Amino acid sequence: MSLLQVKDLSISFGGVKAVDGVSFTVEPGEVFTLVGPNGAGKSTIFNLISRLYEPSGGQILFDGQDITSLPAHKVAGLGIARTFQNIELFDHSSVLQNLLIGRHCRRNTRWFEELLFLPKVRRSEREHRLLVEEVIDFLDLAPYRDKLIAGLPYGVRKVVEIARALSSQPKLILLDEPASGLSVEETQNMAWWIEDMQKDLGLTVLMVEHDMSLVSRVSNRVLAVSEGRPLAMGTAAEVQADPKVIEAYLGTEATS
Amino acid sequence: MSNRFKSRYDDDINLFEGRWHLAQYAILMALLLAAPWLLGTYYLGELTAVLVWSLAGLGLMLISGHTGQVSLGHAAFMAIGAFTNLALMLRGWHFLPALLASAVTSGVIGAIISRPILRMSGIYLAIATLALSIIIEDVAIMAEPITGGVAGVFAPPIALFGMEIDRYATPEAFYYLCLAVLVLVTLGYLNLLRSASGRSFLAVRDSEVSARALGVNVARAKTLSFSLSCAITGLAGALYAHLAQAVNYESFLVLISITLLLQIVIGGLGSVHGAFFGAIVVVLLPQLIAIASDYLDNTAGIQIAAYPGLDTALFALLILLMVIYEPRGLYGVWFKVRTWLQLFPLYRKGMFRRTRTYLKTERQR
Repeated sequence: MSLLQVKDLSISFGGVKAVDGVSFTVEPGEVFTLVGPNGAGKSTIFNLISRLYEPSGGQILFDGQDITSLPAHKVAGLGIARTFQNIELFDHSSVLQNLLIGRHCRRNTRWFEELLFLPKVRRSEREHRLLVEEVIDFLDLAPYRDKLIAGLPYGVRKVVEIARALSSQPKLILLDEPASGLSVEETQNMAWWIEDMQKDLGLTVLMVEHDMSLVSRVSNRVLAVSEGRPLAMGTAAEVQADPKVIEAYLGTEATS
Repeated sequence: MSNRFKSRYDDDINLFEGRWHLAQYAILMALLLAAPWLLGTYYLGELTAVLVWSLAGLGLMLISGHTGQVSLGHAAFMAIGAFTNLALMLRGWHFLPALLASAVTSGVIGAIISRPILRMSGIYLAIATLALSIIIEDVAIMAEPITGGVAGVFAPPIALFGMEIDRYATPEAFYYLCLAVLVLVTLGYLNLLRSASGRSFLAVRDSEVSARALGVNVARAKTLSFSLSCAITGLAGALYAHLAQAVNYESFLVLISITLLLQIVIGGLGSVHGAFFGAIVVVLLPQLIAIASDYLDNTAGIQIAAYPGLDTALFALLILLMVIYEPRGLYGVWFKVRTWLQLFPLYRKGMFRRTRTYLKTERQR
């Protein structure tokens, strides 16, 4: 059964139909990439799946469950984690604290227990820390563990954001332009990590990305969207060769 | 100097980072416990005032410093705490249950108000909370059975553990009472900050959208923070009523709300230390000015007292200097001094040079 099913999803802001009848399914264990020109509605689809936007039509099924009208803060608990295009980390906290906030959807203590810091709270803090340390190991973040986000280089922040998403132990991770603004070397690392997430952690990855070298290297399937509508679906090579996709990016050939 | 090697997760979970850190606070606590013998009655009173304002500052720090929601209305919750405590005590309640009732009443009223109010942000939130401050003045006059109307109410003496505690008759007992409440609240506050709720507050402060995506119920986190913040401020209000001995509608004017906000800004937004540093400034600055003016009058014949409003002006100047040169407040200054001491002689001049920070996109909130 598909992990994520998006059926006929639509949203409009005023008169603009940002997403207009997009359907796709993401199978467990695959890397699925959305590509398309700027303003095609890729990030909007992400915001719809993570329930930050209210769709005006369509349905989103995750793991067989309808999440179309679920409140946004319940999505993480089901196993969907995400990163943001413009990094949205908690700047005044350390890397460790950021990752611990990633564990929030798995918390099992109440505020009044925390107020007294009962032994139960200490136990749960230790457990959260253990799982966070696994993520730190996985993404090689140990040198930055106690550093404040505000002082970290851009490339590291990108990785920390992925680490924070992984801390919630998701089944599906949404990566919004993981390689934007990264150097060639950092993009290379990102590709390895995405492959590791897929192979070692058994994660399903849904990604928006412009860097076609990264896309063709890691993606199992690619969906091209333009102006809120799906254009073509297939492997990276197939989508890149599709005349409709070329038209959306470069415009039509001059007819004379 | 100290290069601590962490070997267990508990090293990061514990309140104190090792023995030296614990010893520092033990010394501070010992000094505070010895204060009645070290200070005269007058300065003990001033120190008690510092404790009460620290408590009120802690309350505001929770919602404004740690959850990032500015409030210009916290004097209202001091008033609710104060009037609840006195009204119940005058109806025969014991002090402790009445104190608890102050916290609960302020907290519950805060929780009810927070839902509509915390939907706003930035300048609109400031205006809405400012309105609270203004409304409470009228409420304090109108709710005469509870608040004593325009005349206000006098604080009855506190009977606790077979002792009669009175701010003037037994100042050291009242001082210890305030100290005990403050220490308990501070410990609870620190406990909250080192667990999931505290982290969710920080998350809401720094990025609501990613807090939501990580599973934080933003509305609930804000409500909890506001409600706890009001409860702490209510406690402070109750203690303040006994410190001042009498309260009426004029005790909790808008100016108090603003002073509280200035206090935590000067102290350092987003740090527990800041609430304490700020309280020291707010309580002792007028004293310092009075002492300085006496000194100038006696030695140079300059009469500062002839210029009313000087302490307010100095206060304003201090805020301006803080915002320009040290946005992290007195806590920032203290942090630098501490780092200098710890790294001596390796401290480099540019270590705390502020890097340019960019505004986060306002597109998604």
